[in-house]
Amino acid sequence: MPSDETPQPATEDAAAVEAGLVEESLVEEVSIDGMCGVY
Amino acid sequence: MATGGFDPGRRYRRAPEVAVRPEPFGALLYHFGTRRLSFLKTAALVRVVTTLEEHPDVHAALDAAGVTPAQRRSYLVALADLAASGTIETVGEAAGDAVGEAAGEAAGEGSP
Amino acid sequence: MKLTEHLTHGLAAPICLTWELTYACNLACVHCLSASGRRDPRELSTAECRAVVDELARMQVFYVNIGGGEPTARRDFWGLIDYAVAQRVGVKFSTNGLRITPDRARRLAGGDLVDVQISLDGATAEVNDAVRGPGSYHTALRAMRNLADAGCRQFKISIVVTRHNVSQLEELKALADGFGAQLRITRLRPSGRGVDSWDELHPTAEQQRELHRWLVAHGDVLTGDSFFHLGALGDPLPGLNLCGAGRVVCLIDPVGDVYACPFAIHSQFLAGNVRSPGGFAAVWRDSELFADLRRPRSRGACASCGQYDACRGGCMAAKFFTGLPLDGPDPECVRGLGEAALTAAGREALTAAGREALTAAGEAALTAGVDHSRRSGPVPVSIGTGRLRGSR
Repeated sequence: MPSDETPQPATEDAAAVEAGLVEESLVEEVSIDGMCGVY
Repeated sequence: MATGGFDPGRRYRRAPEVAVRPEPFGALLYHFGTRRLSFLKTAALVRVVTTLEEHPDVHAALDAAGVTPAQRRSYLVALADLAASGTIETVGEAAGDAVGEAAGEAAGEGSP
Repeated sequence: MKLTEHLTHGLAAPICLTWELTYACNLACVHCLSASGRRDPRELSTAECRAVVDELARMQVFYVNIGGGEPTARRDFWGLIDYAVAQRVGVKFSTNGLRITPDRARRLAGGDLVDVQISLDGATAEVNDAVRGPGSYHTALRAMRNLADAGCRQFKISIVVTRHNVSQLEELKALADGFGAQLRITRLRPSGRGVDSWDELHPTAEQQRELHRWLVAHGDVLTGDSFFHLGALGDPLPGLNLCGAGRVVCLIDPVGDVYACPFAIHSQFLAGNVRSPGGFAAVWRDSELFADLRRPRSRGACASCGQYDACRGGCMAAKFFTGLPLDGPDPECVRGLGEAALTAAGREALTAAGREALTAAGEAALTAGVDHSRRSGPVPVSIGTGRLRGSR
């Protein structure tokens, strides 16, 4: 068991929610190199 | 996460090569040096980034921008990312100012 | 909300945009998306160009992608980019290398606001010149050497992927690496003069699969002209992989016409003109065409396809200029659904609107005054000149 500050989630749903919360960043780096006419 | 080098106890500023364009959903940022585009997702984070220089350290800037204790960690993570990408920099550490940078690091880290 | 959702609905100002400065060009590439060659006498004047830059600065457009034709063919080109830089509008320009002398290269090496891209369509003169004309390989390589010698960091080499250069991707990457340059590959569209050569030049289905594998393995290669339709093959490619036309980017052409994108120079995709009251800002903000592009679109014939989220239905310009309906598969749909639509049997099944677009696009594209090709004709090549429409 990893030693965490937060307890293990009890269900799969809770784990998914927690994963989403942990991953969400207030900054998103973007590349528009996949866009037409951008040299 | 890589936070080596980001010290919220220091004074920071938006790097002068970065253009900030507010949008209804936050702001778009373009760094003319790195050519990288990024997106700030909250109005509060935009406020923090644009007012950083006015405050003695990052914590004061967060307070002034109305960031709550519960939000603090995610804001610090975001600012650490912005420091790592060169979007924000410590004041007294101008881009290309190797002397200032070295002096700052020596003072902060105590190792060459 | 993720940024891609915000971008799909359109921004208050473009992030950047493409600006074709002139239709004049010293070359006559067989696939030229803007059918360039002859200068249009109605070109924006220097003062009008500066007014456009002023607007872009006010709108806080971060940078402008300047092309043409050959933009350095305009005598005021260097002054205009200085003018843009002075107002903190970055410039990335695309050139065949014509005027990139050692002196110009040294001046370009200094700054962060101006970036250069050299066009090249083959790793050898044989492959390149068949498309771009005799001597064009030499001109491009000379410009690259001048840039590299001047210490110009990270200039780009831009390749239009064709049936004949897919096998040269490794050599092209090595060429770019040798110069310390970035490789950018772009998708051939049946636009401009491309409408005539597309059948013979566009990559085969097998080559598209090869290209996708190669791009996934080389994440540092830029795909500035959007291969997002290949995302349906499996691994997504880096980048936003969405069509930004009218939402994030657009085109300003040499006479001030504003189009959704550089591959869609046709009245169907004309949003307005910068010479109208309100200038470019009013066009970006108020044009009916852009409002339509910013609205959620029907998935149409692609509704039941599981790959739609990856490919987004592909490229509207590619569909339009091959006569396919805009709410159906891309002509290069990796599942082959576009190709099926282009067969004789497929054409029987086209809607009335599709049939109309089939003939209208063919006629209008080359007679609506958007063809600036030189009268002496394109560079002689061993590629057939059968028109796309009516030849099946």
